[in-house]
Parts: sequence; C-alpha cells; structure tokens
Amino acid sequence: MLGLNNKDTRFLLIVVFLTLATPILLQPFPESSGMAQFNAGYPDLMQRFAIFGIFAIGFNILFGLTGYLSFGHAAFLGVGSYSVVWMYKLLDYNVLPGLVLAIITSGLFALLIGFISLRRSGIYFSILTLAFAQMSFNLAYSVLTPLTNGETGLQVYGNDPQYLIGENSPTSPHLFGLVMNESAKVNIGDWQFTFNNGYYFCAVIAILAFYMSLRIFRSPFGLMLRAVKSNQQRLNYTGLNSRPYTLAAFVISGMYAGLAGGLLAAMDPLAGAERMQWTASGEVVLMTILGGAGTLMGPVLGAGFIKYFENIFSKINDTVLHGWFGWLPDGVEDVIIFISHFFVGKSWHLTLGLLFMMVVIFLPGGLVEGGQRIAAMLRRDRAKTDDGDDGEHHPKTTPHVAE
Amino acid sequence: MGILEVKGVGKRFGGLQALSDVNLSVQENTVHAIIGPNGAGKSTLLNCFVGKLIPDTGSVMFNGQSVLGLKPHQINQMGISRVFQTPEIFDDLSVIENVMIPCFATRDGSFRMHAFETVANEKNIVATAEEILLDVNMADKRHMQASSLSRGDKRRLEMAMCLVQNPKLLLLDEPTAGMARADTNNTIDLLKEIKSKRDITMAIIEHDMHVVFSLAERITVLAQGTPLVEDTPENIKGHPKVKEAYLGEAQQE
Repeated sequence: MLGLNNKDTRFLLIVVFLTLATPILLQPFPESSGMAQFNAGYPDLMQRFAIFGIFAIGFNILFGLTGYLSFGHAAFLGVGSYSVVWMYKLLDYNVLPGLVLAIITSGLFALLIGFISLRRSGIYFSILTLAFAQMSFNLAYSVLTPLTNGETGLQVYGNDPQYLIGENSPTSPHLFGLVMNESAKVNIGDWQFTFNNGYYFCAVIAILAFYMSLRIFRSPFGLMLRAVKSNQQRLNYTGLNSRPYTLAAFVISGMYAGLAGGLLAAMDPLAGAERMQWTASGEVVLMTILGGAGTLMGPVLGAGFIKYFENIFSKINDTVLHGWFGWLPDGVEDVIIFISHFFVGKSWHLTLGLLFMMVVIFLPGGLVEGGQRIAAMLRRDRAKTDDGDDGEHHPKTTPHVAE
Repeated sequence: MGILEVKGVGKRFGGLQALSDVNLSVQENTVHAIIGPNGAGKSTLLNCFVGKLIPDTGSVMFNGQSVLGLKPHQINQMGISRVFQTPEIFDDLSVIENVMIPCFATRDGSFRMHAFETVANEKNIVATAEEILLDVNMADKRHMQASSLSRGDKRRLEMAMCLVQNPKLLLLDEPTAGMARADTNNTIDLLKEIKSKRDITMAIIEHDMHVVFSLAERITVLAQGTPLVEDTPENIKGHPKVKEAYLGEAQQE
C-alpha cells in the first residue's frame, strides 16, 4: 500500500492509530484521582507533541541518516513562524498560505546555510550551523526589527492590512473556517477527553511528514544518505558526489523545521526571536538522540518524552509534594521534599539530564534500542519455552531501520 | 596507445620530490604492476590517477581524456574503480546494500534525487547485485552487516563493489597488505578468476613479489620517484638494476 511493503504499512497504520487516538491515550487517569496531573491529553501539550515530532523527524533525516550534526535548526523554526504570522498580517487568519510560505522560505534559507556549512564536516559543520543560527537570532532580535518586530515578537495588530479578511472570518488561526483553538470535550464517567481542531490539524500533517520520512528511509536516496554517514570516501570513489546528497538532506530537514515553526504560529499567532536561540537547536538534538538517531520512530518518541517532562514534571511543586508525602512523619517528609526539590518543579532539567546521560551510556541507540532489547528478551523467552534450545549461532544481520 | 597514459608526472611535497618525470602506459586488458621499495612513490602515483592528488607537472590521460583536476567521483564515472589498501566499504550497511550503491552510481550518475522510489523495487539493481555476490561467493552473506565480515570477506566485498561497475580500469592499492599467506593466495585466486571471466585492465601496486609475479603481465619498477624499468615479469626477475634497487634489498632481509 502507498508504495510500502507489508511490514512498513503495518508500522504506518500503528503510527496513524496512535496519533489519532492520542487525546484518549494520554488521558489514562480519572479527573478526580490524584494522578490526574499526569494526564497529558490537553490541546496545548498534544499540539507540541505533534509539532516537535515533525521537527525531530526532519532533523533525523539530516542527522540520523547522514550523520551531519546541525546545531542551527532552530533558525528554520523561527523563519517558519515569522512566515506564517506575516501571512496573517497581509492576508487573513487562514493558516494554509502561511504554511506554504514557511516551507518555501525555510527551504531557501536552508539552501543558503547548507551550501556554505556543508563545505566542512564534523565539528566544523556543527559550529558553522550554530554560528548561522545565532546570527539569525541576533538579526531577528535587533537589526531586522521591521520584519520581526524585535524583542516584542511578531503579532497581528488592528491596523494590519489583512487584505483577504471577510466580514465573518474568524479572528484567530483557522483552516477555511475550521478554527484551530476550538475543541470538542467529551465526558465519559470521570474521564474528560478533549478533541482539539488544532491538534488534529497538526496530527494529520505529522502523519504525512512521517510517511514522507518513511519513504525517504526506504529510497535509494535514503540509502545514499546512510552511505554518506558510513564511509564518505568510499562513496566518492564509487562515483557518487556526496555534496548534493547532503545538501538535499539539509534542505529537506530545514523545510521540516520550517513547517514545524509554521505550525507553532498556526496554533498561537505569535513569533518571537527566542524561537531561534541555540537552546532550541540543542533541544531537537536531544530529542533525536534520546529517542534514537537514525531510527524512524525514535525522534518522535524523544520529542514526546522531552515535551512531557517539560510540561508535566515542571508542574510538580511543593503543594503537590506535600499532598503525596503528607502521611509521612514531619521530619521525614521535609527531607524527602527537600531532596525531591532537585528533580521536579523548576528543576525538571536535572531529571531530564540524568535520564539523558543514562540513555546515552546504557542505550546508545536511544529509547528505540531499549524497546528492541525488551522485545528481543521477550522473544528469547518465548523461544526457550517453545523448544528449550537457543544455543544455535545466528550471524548478525543488519538491524532494520524501521523499528 | 594505452588506456592510461602517464607523461612526465612530478609531485613535490615541501622538500621531498615524491615523483619526478614518471612515464607510464597501461595497455588495455593487461595486468600492470607497479612495484618499488618503501617510499618509492607508488601510492602518490596512484593518488594522482584517482583525483586525490594533482601532480605539479605532467599529464595523466585516461581513454584520451585528461583526469587532472577532476574529482574522485568524476574519475570513477569515467570508468576507473579503486580498491584500497585496507578495504573501504560501508560498514553500517548490509552486504547487498554495499553492492547496490555502485549499481546506482553506474545507472544514475553522480547524483539523482530518487527519494520517492523504493530500493526493494529496483529489481534490476537487486538482480545485478545478487549476481556479483554469487560471482565472489558471498551470496549467503548478503544480509549480514558489512562490519561483521572477516577481513578476507571485506576484501571480496570491496572487489565486488568495484567489479559491479564494469570498470575500464581497476586500480588495486596493495590488495594483500597485512594478509596471512592463505588469505593472500585466496586473493590471488580471486583476481585470477576475475581476470579469466571478463576483459579487464588492472593496475596493481604491490609489495609482495609472490603476488606480483603470479598476476602481472607488465611490471614497472619505481625507485625514488622515477620509473627504473618497465618490462615483462621474466625480464624483471633477472634485471640487475631492479635487483640492486629492490629485490637485492629484499634478499638481504
């Protein structure tokens, strides 16, 4: 189906199901239970899962396949956001023209930066991309104020032309009348599920983005990109020019980043320079490595993981902790809360950092490798109970890039 | 007129004259060996053929076209494939993928944006790749990851990757360096087999006299950056100048 073999089709269908069922799957705890704060099924967070998932999928096409580590992808994210807000200001609140423009401008921008940065590889490439991104950030912050509205951030004002806006047009981002921040809330028993237009818009685009990346992974083009990572010298002596391949990968991943940035502005009609800062570039690197660079699912998992931490762990404050440990004797409670302080609430970065270190040390293949190991263990157990003998030697086969 | 014509090539690295006035002609369908003691400039000369180095003086013509200033991938597209001293393969890819990449290079040229095709659907490419793996007796290993192959198999795989392109000229840079005698003999057999199955021109740089005399039809002896003599193996064996520069030295060891 869709040019995929059976295994990949099944894989894609699972991803589609998980994405569409996210509002239900992420609300496992009843509203009145103490665990309700771990529910992640609210629109703002789910949109972020989808958007940063797209960002990481695109980044993975560059970093996961070719091994070129860009530290400047946030620049494209910012370019995408600015493009969308400009389309709001000039036309109307329909997100479509803005997203198209976001993909085009970020693609052109990536072509320029990639053309220069890809003259070097390794750490020099990373530094060049970082320099370009910081340059873009500073330009957006100060010099290009007429275009970006500087530190205030770009937003729509009452005196903007909005040439296409009609009498009854919505006054917030929409897709042909489908308003992004509208939701349908469904209450079943003690559970509340929120089905948000914006989330589903992002989800459909994320599925398309994932499908595209799946096709690229399986294509001859994807094979060449993996060959670049594996042995660029051999590739050149095999008659292939690695430069246009890496540049194409860079531009594609830049377009993904621009699309993600555009979607951020499609959910919330603002664009600020801080979106281009190097910390944002670093975040997507973390997502990809945490989930598993070079795997299809890894970046999405990593993005979800980090965004979940950022939004849920950071909400656990003193009141919540007292609620949990209130039954303990006072002295013990204070000690536990004092220690927990370093790991939750505002200090959630510490927990994330520790987890990241553990993943890098024990699971170099990221969360996906963790999943594969568990699956392999289960399979071995089953094989043992089946015939009780697994001493046979199997030659190592190439790990499938899908899982 | 040979397929590879080298005229007056010189190359200097700082104070070292690595090559001076090298003239060489590799004839079509022959195995031409370039031998010489350590530091004679063999590898430098080879690097001038493939675009890694540009000589200071002289010309290198392949099939009547100059290769000077061309990039390695352009030179490969003209029909020169190269086997490295230590096998250069795509370690992270499977054996069959390793062989498919040169197939794509031959069919599609240096770059093609085939992002929406599927590798598994390229029936012709898969068939060609499987065929060459049968040729080098590696068909049963096609799904193994290349990094887990033995050294001898890596050499075979690299050879297959070059052969699948049907190169007009195959350059071999010390293909048996660091190999045990048994592996060396296997490589010699493999090269002989390749030679017997197809019309191919090979230029081989080698240290091991055993390899050179079992394969080569012409031999050029290089010493201190200049060719000393060029002749058939029989004549080279007895040549006094060669003995002095190279074989004599080897016998003393």
